[in-house]
Amino acid sequence: MGNTSSILTQYDIEEVQEHCNNTFSQQEIVSLYQRFCQLDRNSGGFISADEFLSVPEFAVNPLAQRLFRMIDGLNFKEFVAFLSAFSSRATLQHKVEYIFKVYDSDGNGKVAFSDLLDVLRDLTGQFISEQQREPVLTQVLEEAGYKKDSILVLSDFMKILGSNGLKMEVEVPVD
Amino acid sequence: MVMISQRNPLSSSTSKMSKLTTSSSELDLDRPNIEDYLPTDSIPQPHAKLRLRDLLDISPTLTEAAGAIVDDSFTRCFKSNPPEPWNWNIYLFPLWCLGVVVRYGILFPGRVLILTIGWIIFLSCYIPVHVLLKGHDKLRKRLERALVELICSFFVASWTGVVKYHGPRPCARPKQVFVANHTSMIDFIVLEQMTAFAVIMQKHPGWVGLLQSTILESVGCIWFNRSEAKDREIVARKLREHVEGYDNNPLLIFPEGTCVNNHYTVMFKKGAFELGATVCPIAIKYNKIFVDAFWNSRKQSFTTHLLQLMTSWAVVCDVWYLEPQNMKPGETAIAFAERVRGIISARAGLKMVPWDGYLKYSRPSPKHRESKQKSFAESVLLRLEEK
Repeated sequence: MGNTSSILTQYDIEEVQEHCNNTFSQQEIVSLYQRFCQLDRNSGGFISADEFLSVPEFAVNPLAQRLFRMIDGLNFKEFVAFLSAFSSRATLQHKVEYIFKVYDSDGNGKVAFSDLLDVLRDLTGQFISEQQREPVLTQVLEEAGYKKDSILVLSDFMKILGSNGLKMEVEVPVD
Repeated sequence: MVMISQRNPLSSSTSKMSKLTTSSSELDLDRPNIEDYLPTDSIPQPHAKLRLRDLLDISPTLTEAAGAIVDDSFTRCFKSNPPEPWNWNIYLFPLWCLGVVVRYGILFPGRVLILTIGWIIFLSCYIPVHVLLKGHDKLRKRLERALVELICSFFVASWTGVVKYHGPRPCARPKQVFVANHTSMIDFIVLEQMTAFAVIMQKHPGWVGLLQSTILESVGCIWFNRSEAKDREIVARKLREHVEGYDNNPLLIFPEGTCVNNHYTVMFKKGAFELGATVCPIAIKYNKIFVDAFWNSRKQSFTTHLLQLMTSWAVVCDVWYLEPQNMKPGETAIAFAERVRGIISARAGLKMVPWDGYLKYSRPSPKHRESKQKSFAESVLLRLEEK
């Protein structure tokens, strides 16, 4: 399904559904496809930087750049897989893995202090100074039982985030 | 036998997105409190001790981003909503084919003929009037006004326009400005057929530009170029001069600045509302029963758009001339603009969205991202203090 023909066949839908582990219903996949085609204005088969950032609600998000690195150049199947963490049918494990991936920008399965600092910087911008940010993060880490130079892995994230459940859901509008 | 409506191939040949620049400070001034409209549940609950979980849990921000990817109110404003296809079974389809034959084979040539006759009449009257009556300005202006109204009526006839005008007709008085919502360039033609307005428009290339520089010049139109930032002051000055002038045609402005799909209104630019003149709102609503009159300038050129209108059965619309509004004491231009937008949207049944139409051509300013960052930062620091 590399090309963007305007019509999805039943086979295509089932292939995409399998790829995202049935987190989206077939109707939702059709809606997502319409959305994908709407965003992919030059019909290149993937959504480019300009096309994403032309959605103002996305462009003003503090984590837009980070997400954008993960979503750049994805074709439709991968686009749906990317969004599958936000489905109501996604498991808690899946959602935590997703958050972990956002932090772990180099993809080596380890989140270090610098990665945590980077995300905090994206979220707070210039409103917390560089000198303030480090001690804040260190203090909060130590209170949770970690050290400044600890490397966090997925199971740590599961432990920290998984206790109270995560509210991370987006509803796909279905006509 | 189900016929699915085919999507038009998305061509970007007429795209104006040649340079996506970060918007200048002008866009900031035009935009009231957009933070009120954007979701703010990325701020963690106050008055509870800051924990590692709170810093690590970026799910609200991520949810907002994913929500924007899946559906956003800005893109919805510019989505074409063509009428539902009805030719989807075995006896409706031949009827529809017959309709196509009638539209393309009988109506279209008839309309082209009407339009040609109209142009011939218009040019044969306009050129002599324009050249010969150079000395008699008042008479010349009056005749030219009548002639422009005439050619617009011919245009409207060429799409079988069924336009219902409600409310008192506009009259030419100084210190007044007309504003309307914008769906297509034909808005101008529909309004011009009733009253010869002077309009402020983006300078277009091609035959439209030619018309702009010759005929529309005589009704007193003002041109601007969207991409020129300096243009703004010159245009603002011209607007003020026109409004205060005694003998000028009433001025028509489309404060949205761009064509929107007639289901939504985007934010009005404040330029029209700070001229110290009375603002007369006009609401235009197209009925999609035969054709969608929204000109999606990214998808089709104006010529294609006109041809599409000329090969459909009819263009049906309602025009409401609403009660003139004055700026209330203590009201800012932006608040005034939003109030008038509310009046127009209510009358035409449109939903209001808090986006600036020019975001079609440029990125949002960093101010919005910064305000989100600011609220998050403040709550983090606040909660850090808690014991």
